[in-house]
Order: sequence, then structure tokens, then C-alpha cells
Amino acid sequence: MIELEGLTKRYGEKVAVNHLTFTVRPGVVTGFLGPNGAGKSTTMRMLLGLDHPTAGDVRIDGRHYEQIRHPLKYIGALLDAKAMHGGRSAFNHLLCLAQSNGIPKSRVAEVLDTVGLTAVARKKAKGFSLGMGQRLGIAGALLGDPQILMFDEPVNGLDPEGIHWIRNLMKGLAAQGRTVFVSSHLMSEMALTADHLVVIGQGRLLADTSMADFIRENSRSYVRLRSPQQERLRDVLGQAGVPAVEAGSGILEVDGARSELIGELAAEHHLVLHELSPQQASLEEAFMQLTAESVEYHAHSDTGPPDTNGWAGGTGTEAVSGGGWGEQWAREQRKRKAGG
Amino acid sequence: MSSGRVLVLKSEWTKIRSVASTVWTLGLAVVVTVGLGLLISILVSNDFDSMNARERLAFDPTAISFAGMGLGQLAMIVFGVLVVSNEYSTGMIRTSLAAVPQRAAFLFSKIAVATALALVVAMVTSFITFFVGQAAMGEHRASLGDPGVLRAVIGGGLYMTLIALFSMGVAAMLRSPMLSLGILMPFFFLVSSILGNVSATKKIGQFLPDQAGQKIMQVVSPLDDDTPYGPWGGLAIMGAWVVVAVLGGYVLLKRRDA
Repeated sequence: MIELEGLTKRYGEKVAVNHLTFTVRPGVVTGFLGPNGAGKSTTMRMLLGLDHPTAGDVRIDGRHYEQIRHPLKYIGALLDAKAMHGGRSAFNHLLCLAQSNGIPKSRVAEVLDTVGLTAVARKKAKGFSLGMGQRLGIAGALLGDPQILMFDEPVNGLDPEGIHWIRNLMKGLAAQGRTVFVSSHLMSEMALTADHLVVIGQGRLLADTSMADFIRENSRSYVRLRSPQQERLRDVLGQAGVPAVEAGSGILEVDGARSELIGELAAEHHLVLHELSPQQASLEEAFMQLTAESVEYHAHSDTGPPDTNGWAGGTGTEAVSGGGWGEQWAREQRKRKAGG
Repeated sequence: MSSGRVLVLKSEWTKIRSVASTVWTLGLAVVVTVGLGLLISILVSNDFDSMNARERLAFDPTAISFAGMGLGQLAMIVFGVLVVSNEYSTGMIRTSLAAVPQRAAFLFSKIAVATALALVVAMVTSFITFFVGQAAMGEHRASLGDPGVLRAVIGGGLYMTLIALFSMGVAAMLRSPMLSLGILMPFFFLVSSILGNVSATKKIGQFLPDQAGQKIMQVVSPLDDDTPYGPWGGLAIMGAWVVVAVLGGYVLLKRRDA
């Protein structure tokens, strides 16, 4: 179990992590979501005692990281695929980590096998692709057979097969009752792996909820319709107080989950339907909505106009009307331009 | 010593033996020190006949055989700097500190292992360069049994070890290998010898770590020598520099974010 309490990190004026309080529980995969620069990595580094918090506290099973004697046996972390000496072989990289925590040498070969790097165990890490480096980092995390695992953007640089592998690995680890804490900026990725969700934006906690609840609360449900008698259908629905919106290429959309009502109305008026499907906005869209709210909140401290050039706007989703999380970045870009 | 500390020492030994830079830096230190020492020993002993009486009085065959150390120590500096700063330049430091979050244990184990290795190599180098140098000097040679000679030869090994240790401390403070080498190399190769040879700055120059430390390799005092310390006093001054550098490195490591 990982407990954060009012965890704060300030770099001069800039607040990277702002009073984060949440708990990561065993037995499930907890997704740690936020765009690049939201403070995910900083939070993880503080968890490992690498960065010192400005305020607040983070404990692992009730203890500070530095108080743990052989930490690799309690918590394994993949922070950065490049956090290793390129001139050292994969085997020796893992061996020096194992030795420092009293982990037997035989375990090195085991984890190399688990991540599929046995064939290149004696090769220098600098010749590794990003995906292989990621696998080696994961091997390091698994080395001490820890009860808590933490992965910072683990699917970065992995091929589809590798992504599939890491997903199953994380689910498997959680199913064994371990605590799995994984960060990502890809909502679609989280939807497939995480059971619980912690969302942060600009260092602030935006949501701490189960994945199902998150989608239910944040997503828009609507009904998608296709009909050869589109105009008639629209009129009928309009008269029944169910406004339909044209969504292009012959598709109508009706807000809310009212497919039964629409089906009955169509039958009553002898209208042919080619499609009648209840839809739920993806996690991606739910996520955008959440961040749009957070941007409105942040707008109080800023008089600049909203900007859609940033991260959220770049995905081309209409769900974000304000500026999304990219606004902060765009604002800084503007400042930099003005200053330099 | 706790068992935890032994584990960290083992781990650091694995780290140091598994990178190529260890072999080539230490190998270069041996080859340059011995090779250049031999060359200068041959040249100087050939020159002996043309020296005047005063110069012959100050002739120090032991110190002459160590002449290659001026250049060989640069390889020792590179060794000391890389051992520590490699952790930072590669990003390994975060993995290392996640495995050993007790930063004192991490840094001092690393330094202990690297220093022990440097000591072995430096001692062997010092004895080889002495014997090779003396063999080249023929009738002018010194013997290990002569007064002060054994002290000078052991001192040569200690000097090179302390140079490496000092570099580790500096690298722990500065983190960047380029910055550390960019400061240490010109300092020991140029600045220190300039300060030590210009009469106006000599008083200060002789308290610099290398100037003070090199005193231990002298058996015969140079002409008009007014150095205010002896061979061991000089080594102690160098030791003080080393302690400051290493403690500085530790304090910064302890306080900084990794």
C-alpha cells in the first residue's frame, strides 16, 4: 500500500505537485493519469525517496522509503528505460542491483527470462532498442519479487506485442494480490489495464475513483441512428421531444440512453432503421471533459484567452471547449516568446 | 561492518568491474606513468655529466623516476571522475538510489571500492616505475634501502590514490563528467604548476593538493627549498583537501534531488 498525504513539490515559483492525497491499494492495477508535465514522474520520484518533498508525506506500508532495508524486495520501480549505464551488460546491470539488496544471483537469470532478454543478457545495454531497455527496466523492477510495483509510462517504445505483454504482466501481478501503480498519459491504455484511476493535472488531484465509476460519471451516453428515412425520423423524434442531431454521413445522434423509446417511436411510425445503437463516450472523451473542468477552475488565476493549441486541442476532440491541459503549456510558450 | 554495507560494497564492485572505462583509465595511468618515467630517467641520467656540482647535489633519482606521474595522474583523475559521474550522465543514479536509498552507504561504498582498486593499481605503478626508472639510471640509481626511498615509493602510490579520491569528491559535487574533467584536468596539468613555479604565487601554490602531496616523493631536497612542511606534512595537507572534497560531495548528494 502506498499512501500520499498532502504531498507537495515546489521548484522555486513553480508547483510541480500540489497537495496530493490518495492511497494506492493492493490487488488492483491503479492507473496514474495525466498529460506530460502533470507531475506524475515527480510524484513517483518522491515516492522512491529520490526527490525530497517540499511538504507532505509519502509512505510505503507505513514507512518512508529510506527506512526500508532492502527496498527492491518491497517495491520495484521502472522509472525511465534509460536509467542504466549503457556500457554495462544487461546481466551485470541486474547483478549489481541484486547484490545491493541481497537477492540471489539466480534470480537475475529468472527475470531476464521473464522479460525475454536471455539471448542478449551479455550484450551491452547501449545497443538495446527503447523497447528492450524498457524490458530490462521491468526486469529490474521484478528482481526482488516485490509486493508493490510501480511503472512510469511502461508502454513507451514497446511494439504491439510488447504492449500486450506488459498489460498482461500488470494484470497478473495485481491478481496475485500485489499493488500495481502505473502512470500513463494515454487514457486508452489505462482503460485496458487499470481498475482504479488517479487523475492529476498540473500537479493537482482531479479524480480518485474506480475505472467504472469514472467512465459512468464523466462520460456522455447517446444513441446513434441510421435510417433511409432520416428527415421523417428527425421530425418524429422532434415532435416526441427527443431532439436528434445530424452527425454527418447519414448518422443521427440522440443524447441520453433512450434507445427503447426511439425504437418504439420508429415502429409506431413505420420507419425503417439501419442502426440503433447506444453509445458511451470513450475514456478518452471522459478524460477530456474532466480536464476541461479543471481548466475552467484554473482560468481564475489567468486573464489570458483560452487556447486550443495545446495538448487537449491537438487530439481533435470536440469535448474540450476551453483549452484543456495544454493551456498552461501554451501560456508558457507565449510568455517565453514574449520574454525572449 | 553491517551485512548491508558488505552487500553494497559487492554491488559497487560489480559496477566498477563491468564497465570498460575502469580498465582503460587505470591501464593508461600505469602505462603513461611508467613509460614517461622511463623516458625522463634515461634523458636526465644522460645529462648527469654536464651538470655542475650544485645540480649534482640536488640530483634525486627517486623523484626523477616518478616524473611520469604528472601526466599519469590525469588518467587517475579521469578514473575518479568517471566512477562517480557515470551514475549521473547515464541516469543510473536513480536506479542506484532506489536500490540503496541510504545515500551515505551508497556514496561511501562506491568511493571505498574505487579507492581500494586505485590504491592497488597506484602502488603497483609506483613500484614498477621506481624500479624501471632506476634501472635506466645505471650508476646514478637509488636503492629501495636508501634513507627515505621506500617512503617516497609508497608515498607515490598514496599520492596517485589520493588524486583519484579527490576527483571522486569533486565529481560527486559537480555530477557532470565534462564539468568535472574540465575543471580538474587544466587545474592539475597547468594552473597548479604555474602557481607553484611563479615566485609571487609560490607561497599559495605549495598548499594546493598536488603540490603538497608530491613532496612525499622527494628524497633529496631541491636547491633553496623553503617548503614549510615535510613529506608527511605535505601528504596530510593533500589529505585535508580530499576530506573536504568527499564531504562536500556527500553533503550535496544528501541534500539534492537525484
